[in-house]
Amino acid sequence: MDIARLLAIAIGAILVNNFVLHRFLGLCPFLGVSKQLDAAIGMGFAVIFVMTMASVVTFGIYHFILAPFGIEYLRTIAFILVIATLVQFVEMLIEKTSPSLYSALGIYLPLITTNCAVLGVAVLNIDKSYTFVETLIHGFSAGIGFTVALLLMAGIRERVELADVPESLKGVPVAFIVAGLMSIAFLGFSGLVVE
Amino acid sequence: MAIWDEFSKGIVKENPVFRLVLGLCPVLAVTTSLKNGLGMGMAATFVLVGSNLIVSIIRKGIPARIRIPCYITVIASFVTVVDLVMAGYLPELHKNLGLFIPLIVVNCIILGRAEAFAGKNNPLRSLLDGLGMGAGFTFALVITSSIREIIGTGKIWGLVLLGTRYNPVLFAVLSPGAFVTLGLLIALFNKLEARGEA
Repeated sequence: MDIARLLAIAIGAILVNNFVLHRFLGLCPFLGVSKQLDAAIGMGFAVIFVMTMASVVTFGIYHFILAPFGIEYLRTIAFILVIATLVQFVEMLIEKTSPSLYSALGIYLPLITTNCAVLGVAVLNIDKSYTFVETLIHGFSAGIGFTVALLLMAGIRERVELADVPESLKGVPVAFIVAGLMSIAFLGFSGLVVE
Repeated sequence: MAIWDEFSKGIVKENPVFRLVLGLCPVLAVTTSLKNGLGMGMAATFVLVGSNLIVSIIRKGIPARIRIPCYITVIASFVTVVDLVMAGYLPELHKNLGLFIPLIVVNCIILGRAEAFAGKNNPLRSLLDGLGMGAGFTFALVITSSIREIIGTGKIWGLVLLGTRYNPVLFAVLSPGAFVTLGLLIALFNKLEARGEA
């Protein structure tokens, strides 16, 4: 077990190859749920949870079911169905065990199925042939990276809403330009970790 | 003419990217060159047309409660076809688009059209709707990727366009350039829309 490599994967997924600002994954929730800070926090935690779970489960599916039977090409179909089921299952589990958390996350959970960051992290884990522990760390830190970007964006957007923006730039366009500026800042992290 | 409208609405009036702001991830990620943008557009169009057609044909046999998983399975099957065909015949494009081919499955445009249109309309209309939306998506990818490739490298389709004296603005092909270009394009479409209504 190489701790330095795990650290490199974690920092890489959070800062250098940030899922939203560098890999362009999960933009729909990034733009949709970043209007208010409270909602962004709920969405962020739900995504961290689901991405970690999805990484672990898809790792098992791929290495214990698809690979032994030589049906790796069914990966896309298998993964998306597993993720959809997982999200549904997590939703039911949270509803039973922790009603307060459920009401906080509530509406964001079903939305996560179509968050491409979740399927993206599952496919990336396989493409990079990570081991189980690396997969776990990568899934978790990718979720953290998404949440960091989402929270920063929500904080900025709450202020942009009050600013005097030209009519045709209001809403999505100005959010994109803000994301572009954040992306420039995150470019500064490149070179921090050599994968 | 009603049938023609199903096709043409997707290109400008209800353009999935510029007007409905759906399916943004690939529009930002693969638009570093016109070749990649066009390839992505064609792949997504194929999946969109195929899944719209199949969903529309089987729409009466699917119980309403489990329709979303059924739609996703149909879409994922078409994506797998595209993935394998592209890996076999266009390996270079397949390598460039990489992760974003399997991710066509979770493109909101495709599931959105299956749910909002193909699940309620006959196969012919759904086919045209898929073609129109696909054309609109490809149009958005082609515009975004042309702008980024010309500004970022001074070339188009790999051919030198602006000559050797042009100093490429690398910013446009890096990730921030993607956000800013698309933001400005959406603003432009908003402006055109506002002018059209006034």
